[in-house]
Amino acid sequence: MKSKGRFGPFGGYYVPEVLIPALEEIEAAFEQFREDPNFLKDLNALYTDYAGRPTPLYHARRFSEEVGFTVYLKREDLLHGGAHKINNTLGQGLLARYMGKTKLIAETGAGQHGLATAIVGALFGMETKIFMGATDVARQNVNVHKMKLLGAEVIPVEGGTGTLKDAINEALRYWTAHVEDTFYLFGTAGGPHPYPTIVRHFQEPIGREARQQCLEKAGRLPDLVTACVGGGSNAIGIFSGFLNDPQVQLVGVEGGGKGLHTTQHCATLCTGTVGVLHGARTYLLQDENGQIRDTECISAGLDYPGVGPEHAYLKETGRARYVSVCDEEVLDTFFLFSRMEGILPALESTHALAWLVRQKGLLPPDTIAIANLSGRGDKDIDIVEHHRPLTARSL
Amino acid sequence: MNPYQSCFSKLNRAALIPFFVIGDPSYDISLQLVKAAVDAGADILELGIPFSDPVADGPTIQKADLRALKAGITPAKALQFIREITAYKPIPIGLLVYYNLLVQYGTERFLQDFKKAGGTSVLVADLSIDDADEIAIPAKKAGLETVFMATPNTPDERLRRIAEKTTGFIYTVSLLGTTGERQALSNAVRPLVARLKRLTDKPVCVGFGISTPQHACEVARAGADGVIIGSRIVKFIEEAPDNPEKMRENITRFLSEVRAALPPKGPTAKTDA
Repeated sequence: MKSKGRFGPFGGYYVPEVLIPALEEIEAAFEQFREDPNFLKDLNALYTDYAGRPTPLYHARRFSEEVGFTVYLKREDLLHGGAHKINNTLGQGLLARYMGKTKLIAETGAGQHGLATAIVGALFGMETKIFMGATDVARQNVNVHKMKLLGAEVIPVEGGTGTLKDAINEALRYWTAHVEDTFYLFGTAGGPHPYPTIVRHFQEPIGREARQQCLEKAGRLPDLVTACVGGGSNAIGIFSGFLNDPQVQLVGVEGGGKGLHTTQHCATLCTGTVGVLHGARTYLLQDENGQIRDTECISAGLDYPGVGPEHAYLKETGRARYVSVCDEEVLDTFFLFSRMEGILPALESTHALAWLVRQKGLLPPDTIAIANLSGRGDKDIDIVEHHRPLTARSL
Repeated sequence: MNPYQSCFSKLNRAALIPFFVIGDPSYDISLQLVKAAVDAGADILELGIPFSDPVADGPTIQKADLRALKAGITPAKALQFIREITAYKPIPIGLLVYYNLLVQYGTERFLQDFKKAGGTSVLVADLSIDDADEIAIPAKKAGLETVFMATPNTPDERLRRIAEKTTGFIYTVSLLGTTGERQALSNAVRPLVARLKRLTDKPVCVGFGISTPQHACEVARAGADGVIIGSRIVKFIEEAPDNPEKMRENITRFLSEVRAALPPKGPTAKTDA
């Protein structure tokens, strides 16, 4: 391939030989079209008129008062489909179209990437199959229904724990048999080269806009930028706008599940070790023999034992730091934030907000923080209700 | 002459290469089954170390991996298994492994231990020719042969590079897809074997989807130097979960039938290729 897609020692394309021609074709098309005026014109029109870019940078006043410093929210939850995922699916979907592909496949965890792919499949009239772990199908039923309404076929994956990892395995297997007419619309900034680069590219508007908007609204750059990290696409999107501003701290927040002292979490960068999975050398949750560990997190979108290789690099170089918050803190913050700001945040994004709550009293009052509100929480209402039923007392 | 060259040159037919997941369904039963395959006339063994996320494999082998993992198989136990097989009968053993298992064990140390156990070659399912040196250099140092995969969509230029990096045999994937039984042999086999034979004199062994003696015969007639049969054999284990004796009988009978179906090498086979 033209470039080997390495971020320091991380990344690469560790995949069976059968997938190499397809990855090479995608890399070549991406290089050809990423600066192509027609492609950019089409993509920008879609971003603006269809998806709703630019998204606002909102000063969350009551939440800021609660934590004791200024918090701005990058409102990716306002995009069509309800999450940042649409940036990537419009980009890759358009790329697939320019390549002349007629069929899309994708994997999904929480269903947001599946939904965003189904939206693009419908928009472009492409046959779309979504691989989704059976556990996630059960816990993200609303998104499954939406995907079907949009005409996508949802394929439940029974293997393993029935979560995102297993959905990726199955999507890769399907792709090996259908590489000739099918575009694999990968959902996060992970997987084999060129996906980490492509996904970051299509998520970069988040960071670009946030930087500019912060300068306009606050008159200076933020002190810190935080985002949740599962595979890491929303985080790499917003971080990318500030990578060259060393005074801006970058904080990725992983799913601490039941706590890092248990095995029921998905805090890959906080506790994992380096290995090779799903095409990339990166941090993984694995046992001492290299078998991939099961993960658990209240948020289906973070429930993944790997992480995008660029995050592994940012951790290794110290440019970003990675922390985790537990399910219970996330639920506390979900209620707190919803009632203070009138916004139901996705449980994924709530991880970043929960970490900000934890900083209460620790950061100077003149601190400016931006949190990426990567998606909205409508899809998570059943999960929240399951864990914290709205009894008369809590109402 | 390496063990494969010596094996292929000795045979007047395509080599019979059964595949097993080490430790499926348990260490002891797996050992009996692989020994039975050796007794039934296997010329080379292809053995896999179970992995939690085998993306190049279809459901049959994925389930075998999970059975073996449940039985507690680790890379260290897999090496012990190989030692027991080579002590039973010296036979070339090709290892199929996913890269992360090597990375965690330490690639160099693993390959040295594998060689000491009697192993012959290593094939990393998720390592392409572009990163060949990550395995080829330590394999050479350990005295092992390398096996790389070629698939129907691999262009000629890559086939040449695959042939250059291969010292054992080229594992030729008969179709676009994962491992698994198929009703009919893929029609991609003949053209791919023919292309490889034009480009290289490295031995060409064909796997993926070979499920019947007839398939094996067709592959051999297409000019393959070996036929690799995995999912059909592994299925015999899945089909008789509580009956190791039946597994053994079925595997023995099937391999004997396949071996009998392999035509002698000769001008006809060459013309067909």
